[in-house]
Amino acid sequence: MRVCIVGCGAVGSLFAANLAQLGDVEVWAYDLAREHVDAINLDGLRLSGAGDVVGRVRATSDAAELPTCDFGIVATKAMHTESAIRETAHAFTAGSVATVQNGIGNEEAIAQHVDRVIRGTTFPAGKVLAPGHVQWDVKGDTTLGPFEPKPAPHEEVERLADACTRAGLPTQAVPDARGPQWRKVIFNAATNPIGALTGLTHGRVCEDPALRRLVTGLVDEGKAVVAAQGIELDADPEELIDHAAKPELAYDHKASMLQDVEARRQTEIDYLNGGIVRFGAEHGVPTPLNAAIWALVRGLEESWTL
Amino acid sequence: MIRSTCVVGAGAIGSLYAAHLARVGESLVLTRRPQHAAALNAEGLRVSGRHDFEARVTAAADPSDLREPDVVIIATKATGLEPAAAALAGRWPGAMVVTVQNGLGAEEIVRRHGAWQLVSGVTFMSGTKHSDTHVEYILDTPTWLGPWSGTPFERVQEIAALLVESGLQAEALPDLRPAQWSKLIFNASVNTVAALTGLPHDGHFAAEGRDADLGRLVRGLMDEGKRVAAAAGVELHDDPWEMNVLATKRGSAHYPSMLEDVQARRPTEIDLITGALVREAELHGVDAPLHTALYGLVKAREKSYSP
Repeated sequence: MRVCIVGCGAVGSLFAANLAQLGDVEVWAYDLAREHVDAINLDGLRLSGAGDVVGRVRATSDAAELPTCDFGIVATKAMHTESAIRETAHAFTAGSVATVQNGIGNEEAIAQHVDRVIRGTTFPAGKVLAPGHVQWDVKGDTTLGPFEPKPAPHEEVERLADACTRAGLPTQAVPDARGPQWRKVIFNAATNPIGALTGLTHGRVCEDPALRRLVTGLVDEGKAVVAAQGIELDADPEELIDHAAKPELAYDHKASMLQDVEARRQTEIDYLNGGIVRFGAEHGVPTPLNAAIWALVRGLEESWTL
Repeated sequence: MIRSTCVVGAGAIGSLYAAHLARVGESLVLTRRPQHAAALNAEGLRVSGRHDFEARVTAAADPSDLREPDVVIIATKATGLEPAAAALAGRWPGAMVVTVQNGLGAEEIVRRHGAWQLVSGVTFMSGTKHSDTHVEYILDTPTWLGPWSGTPFERVQEIAALLVESGLQAEALPDLRPAQWSKLIFNASVNTVAALTGLPHDGHFAAEGRDADLGRLVRGLMDEGKRVAAAAGVELHDDPWEMNVLATKRGSAHYPSMLEDVQARRPTEIDLITGALVREAELHGVDAPLHTALYGLVKAREKSYSP
């Protein structure tokens, strides 16, 4: 089976390098960072940290080079989904495409160009250390399920999940993957921008009573949007937030959005709080706090252009 | 008859008051830093911009070096108010004391340190301090004054008249709360958003066309503030949203002090501004979720200065 990772940043690299360990999987990677692509083609794709592997991956920045693939795994930042899938869609005319991205709205963007789409949520995380070399920070589970309006067949979802699991990335194929996805979106939307706006780590956000109440306000709006869609969360984001604040876990973790803001990189706010606001509007659920946070982070991004 | 005034805190606003008041009487200045007082005594105070003149002032960093004035204008930032009032405790019992801090509650803080007759003020004028002895007068918008806790209105009118005579814009109002609350709602909505986004008060604050446009949040904050004002029985002097739109149409975008404070990692005036609004909301049983959220965010931003 042939898999193409679309967007081979930190998370994409975790999938690419691990899947490349399997004898029955040929892995391609599409990424616009030339140095990264060249390094992968020269020396392989190396992971270190939570696992140490080197994967033989065919990388390219030229979508025309991609062969026909059985699966795509989109792992770009959410704001690049549309352009990335538009460029690569020709490789998936006979295949299924999964997303393991943050936020809401990626499946919809992919489905504009591809017929069989897999909804996905993943928790492993890392960061790019150097071209061709990614640090694997945390292991975690991945959940895959059909994207309801343009679903991939269940056997295909299971086939991809099985390959990921065998590659060392525990993955479940489920009939409805919306619960895990919204759980992660609500978690991220309620905590990442608070870190980004205040400069505080996850633990310090949680131990500030006023901020913790704001986090709960954001979570409650997200839960109402989920309930209006008839989706059942697989876990309570509140518990996950407090769990992550423990000193031995992510107390000192700077949210990726705070890292983005410190580096003045565009954030994924449109697909987190922005996604909650959009789905809230569609289902008649007011989301004033998420709208406020969305506007503040967008304003922050605007301030870099002055 | 007001013969002498003392301005406490010679930032941009304080310097503008002190320099202008020197044209109509004895102008004393109480500074925090002795070097600042020494520079003012040696060089005087230069005003440029809308007015252009040099003023002689008598400055000190210790109030016991100054003779009792008829009127004291405390022009420190809200964060400097408490120590400034404490320094005056037990002194100058015959003076009237004017507060012009942003937000609400400055009068109560001063009252804790003495029984002076108090005058509430809000000022819309603005300036830029170029050095300890040079201030540029930028916006010649007015200072509004009103009696606080039984101060006779005639005394307030005398102070307003003196400011007008000195060349500044000023008006005495029998009830200052409508003006004070208009500015409170304006500051609570604009200064916090500027501090959190890093944006100066520019067109973003009035843009409402798209979902995540900042003007929608600013309007939401102002609507919430208006509901608190209504519950507190205050009829606003100006509509804060109109103030906002008007201010963003001026040529150069203003950098609210709260934005400068967070950029310099200094404590902000949030407690007297948004903090006051949130406390009023609680007092009158009105929900203010947006202001509560921004209050928490700016307080947390201050916390982030220390590891």
